[in-house]
Amino acid sequence: MRFRLALRDAAVTGLVAAGLFLPMVALRTDVAPNGALFLRTRWSDAAILITLAALARFVLVLWLGRRIPVASTASPWWEEPLRRAGKLLTPLLLGVAVMLPFIPGTGRYELDLGVLVLTYVMLGWGLNIVVGLAGLLDLGYVAFYAVGAYSYALLAHAFGLSFWICLPLAGILAGFWGVLLGFPVLRLRGDYLAIVTLAFGEIIRVVLVNWVSLTNGPNGMSGIPRPSFFGLPFNMSGEPDTFAGFFGLEPSPLHRVIFLYYLILGLALLTNWVSIRLRRQPLGRAWEALREDEIACRALGINITTTKLTAFALGAMFGGFAGAFFATRQGFISPESFTFIESAIILAIVVLGGMGSQIGIALAALIMIGGFEVFRGLEEWRMLVFGAAMVVIMVLRPRGLVSSRTPTVALGKRKAISGSLVGEGHG
Amino acid sequence: MARRAESAGQTMSQPMLALEEVCASYGAVQALKGVSVHVHAGEIVTLIGANGAGKSTLLMTICGDPRARSGQILFDGQDITRQPTHAIMRGGIAQAPEGRRIFPRMTVMENLIMGAEIAGHDPARDLEHVFTLFPRLKERATQRGGTLSGGEQQMLAIGRALMARPRLLLLDEPSLGLAPLIAKQIFAAIRELNEREGLTVLLVEQNANQALRLAHRGYVLVTGRITLEGPGRELLSRPEIRAAYLGGH
Repeated sequence: MRFRLALRDAAVTGLVAAGLFLPMVALRTDVAPNGALFLRTRWSDAAILITLAALARFVLVLWLGRRIPVASTASPWWEEPLRRAGKLLTPLLLGVAVMLPFIPGTGRYELDLGVLVLTYVMLGWGLNIVVGLAGLLDLGYVAFYAVGAYSYALLAHAFGLSFWICLPLAGILAGFWGVLLGFPVLRLRGDYLAIVTLAFGEIIRVVLVNWVSLTNGPNGMSGIPRPSFFGLPFNMSGEPDTFAGFFGLEPSPLHRVIFLYYLILGLALLTNWVSIRLRRQPLGRAWEALREDEIACRALGINITTTKLTAFALGAMFGGFAGAFFATRQGFISPESFTFIESAIILAIVVLGGMGSQIGIALAALIMIGGFEVFRGLEEWRMLVFGAAMVVIMVLRPRGLVSSRTPTVALGKRKAISGSLVGEGHG
Repeated sequence: MARRAESAGQTMSQPMLALEEVCASYGAVQALKGVSVHVHAGEIVTLIGANGAGKSTLLMTICGDPRARSGQILFDGQDITRQPTHAIMRGGIAQAPEGRRIFPRMTVMENLIMGAEIAGHDPARDLEHVFTLFPRLKERATQRGGTLSGGEQQMLAIGRALMARPRLLLLDEPSLGLAPLIAKQIFAAIRELNEREGLTVLLVEQNANQALRLAHRGYVLVTGRITLEGPGRELLSRPEIRAAYLGGH
């Protein structure tokens, strides 16, 4: 009985696979040496793939029965150990993050990767204020990242201001753009808001590409000043007014990387600290209430306008900080770096982490950005493996990696509430 | 609680809430066509009517959403017709909106705190007050709002509105979707609030029978116009009311 079922299932899977692989793998147009197009057929490759798919399905059905993975609200067995491990996870991750430059075996590559991951952690935490807390779906977050980066580059070029003066200015300017975006979209929610923010992100990018006299267009801006250690530049000369010379160290190019690493770690932790503090205050609670029910918020006398605008402004501000950091780290920026895919990645980090969870977002950034790097060896299979990994995560944990939520007020002890108790988005 | 406690119907002076010839519309659809309603301090006033008569619109218009196209709304003699919604809700009016609209992913405690937050006073006393009125909420204080039963959610919606220490409570169909026994408990709580603390209540209900029994006065709203007005019991005994809203028996 099971055998027949498995056979039938394998046949169906084979058919589906044939439908996919015959046009995509078996038939392929190539360019002949004389420049003409010709059709190359690869029947054997396609046949192997189809057989593999059917065989895999056959084995799977025989082994597991016809169990379809479903998202259930029951706590699976791994929930409890995971929660216990989760308590240790935050201090552990923080410890590793702080100690990373001094862990033996950490080289230039690991530090650069750490900087990259932390940049996305910070962007994720910044976007989380808008999407996770206030529930305003923003598909154009990269615009604020771009505003921050270009603010720093332009201010440094035009006025010769140092990184430490430009950093807050970039944040303020990005926050200002957040308010500017906020006004027209005050009345929008959900899908409509997503479309407008998506367009906003593109507008910023297109302006950067076309305003050549200011931004140098698609060629980008280079020669952006590198950050100094509170006035002490990093270079290899070893003179007393450089970082290495001042502290009597052997000049090393690693110093700047370590400094950048701690800089972004500090910025990310600042974002985290501000979000956590705000969540426990009236404004943060108003954001969360706004996410839950806008009409109820109005009935309670919450000023929707200012609540939304502050969410946009604060989220944008942290995006701007991250952008300024990005500019000073790269030394070169161009509109290429601020395409829609960046917004999508940041949003994916927030969603994958479990909207509103700080540690979840940090984990998701580590998995997403670290994953990109780890799978680099797989070359063209990278996106496939990566996509599969994301599907698996969403099947196993449909509400994100960390779906529990700590209440902002409690009688006595604070107790996290499992996300399983209510469905996504509704009661 | 030191709330205003004039006995019902006897304050013939200035009403606490007065709607004068209020018109409101959604786009081209006119929902209220010149409605005048008065609520005196210490009264329970109910507004009954069929689906689509404009009952909820009237409550929402008091809150400024949709805004009145013409006419005037006075609260304590002050014109609130053009005030922004959040300012109206901070001035002593609270609403438990239709369909309860609690915050499902926030805990019961957080839901209640949200009610007091804008008023800016220390919520401890008000929490105690709500928990005495609805002991069930205290048991559920750490649960998410969305996990409560319908009746508990209604208690939470009313409790959340009370947290702001309102002088006028607007209730939009508190018995909607509740078992008759639970609805009865809710009505009992409203009566208690009114009798013990002198809270003024404007109640919109489909359940005309219970609402008219509870209320001191009632208004009947038909397609955006007030057609009848009078003491609750009196309306209850009128044959046309019985025929239209009480199933004819």
